[in-house]
Amino acid sequence: MKDLLKDPAAYQALANEKKPKPRLAKNLVMAFLVGGGICTLGQLIQNIYITFFNFPPERAGDPTAATVIFISGLLTSLGVFDKIARHAGAGTAVPVTGFANSIVSAALEFKREGFVLGVGSKMFILAGSVIVFGVVTAFVVGLISALL
Amino acid sequence: MATKKGKQTIVFTAKPVIIGYGTVAGPKEGQGPVGSYFDKIYPDLAMGQKSFELAERQMMLNAIEIALEKASLSRSNVDFFVAGDLLNQIISSGFSALDLGASFLGIYGACSSFCEGLFLAGILVDSGAAQVVIAATSSHNNTAERQYRYPTEYGAQLPPWSQHTVTGAAATAVAVRGTGPRLELATVGKVMDLGIKDPMNMGAAMAPAAADTIFAHMADTGRKPEDYDLIVTGDLGKIGREILVELGQRQGVDLSSNYRDCGELIYSKEQLENAGGSGCACSALVTLGMLFNQNYKRILAVATGALHSPTSYQQGENIPAIAHAISIEF
Repeated sequence: MKDLLKDPAAYQALANEKKPKPRLAKNLVMAFLVGGGICTLGQLIQNIYITFFNFPPERAGDPTAATVIFISGLLTSLGVFDKIARHAGAGTAVPVTGFANSIVSAALEFKREGFVLGVGSKMFILAGSVIVFGVVTAFVVGLISALL
Repeated sequence: MATKKGKQTIVFTAKPVIIGYGTVAGPKEGQGPVGSYFDKIYPDLAMGQKSFELAERQMMLNAIEIALEKASLSRSNVDFFVAGDLLNQIISSGFSALDLGASFLGIYGACSSFCEGLFLAGILVDSGAAQVVIAATSSHNNTAERQYRYPTEYGAQLPPWSQHTVTGAAATAVAVRGTGPRLELATVGKVMDLGIKDPMNMGAAMAPAAADTIFAHMADTGRKPEDYDLIVTGDLGKIGREILVELGQRQGVDLSSNYRDCGELIYSKEQLENAGGSGCACSALVTLGMLFNQNYKRILAVATGALHSPTSYQQGENIPAIAHAISIEF
């Protein structure tokens, strides 16, 4: 029999074979339910801003996003968010909640290195790439729409 | 004086004795199946410290104190202190050494540090260079998470092959004379790379190193797995263990009956989210805590470590791994 320790390709094939399948069905259902739940909650908050705080519908999105971000930040600092996210996956990562969590968790983590070199520098350690590629994408799309 | 046997194995002629050992664990490990064997369990991960790094260091110092106490020794009896951990520049070990005040040798073997430290302690004692050597190692889930993966409160969904870094520390006091488990043989591993790139799949990255060291050990000593009551790997987890059994089968080394993995033993089924535990403390806590308290005559402890860093894998390099084996007699 072939000595797998001298054959990386054959070893990798064995390693892949032993790798369990990700729980795709469960992950998809959880992501759908939690993600959908967050969006429904967002809609509810938006309706509250429109009905009780007299926000015009086209402007009510801003305080809604801020509120959801606040809730996400609060749950992160209470140590609950990561436990929910472990099961929810994309359900909590895709909405604005995931973005807020990535910033708040980094700020909390690096607080002990001080406000400048810790919180200031490292706060966007995860969210930075979202901002960079978000801006670049917006620029490219804007350019295309201007040319069309 | 230790002698060499075969290509990679060392025979301890004086058979150094582990005259005392201390095990300290975090809350999750304390609630696990091995929990009842630990000397000290902290109820929370902060352990009353300002940072998790300080908490990890405190655990290492606790483990050293307990080991010394069990061996009826004081700090001034320690000739050398050999320690390693996972943090950059092995700060848990260095700062603990500052507190301990003994001659210090810092080591880095990632999660293989337990066996590497024990081996070096054995050599120092066996050669007559030292009377008492303390070997220690530690890991903390939150310090390792932030260094290797994400901020601790970041909500990431981990794949089923990922492992959970064990929070804990362990120390052994090794001496020429005394009562306790004895170091018999050690096989020092070679770094292996079979092209695994996924830092979440440590089991698959480290299994070849464990296999290579176990095969070398058997070849050098002429022994078979059944010559040991138990062969135990450090932190391959479920997937790595399955791969190692298969590699053994192909090589004619039967690991199907008396082989276990500390990464799987340390957490219960209910606690186990994915493939098992990992980290320097994993093999140390299970071996010293649980396995030393069974009625074994002879075990082979094979601590496994992945020698990558976040920089190396982000730059696209493979994950190299190492494993060191030590035969311990009771």
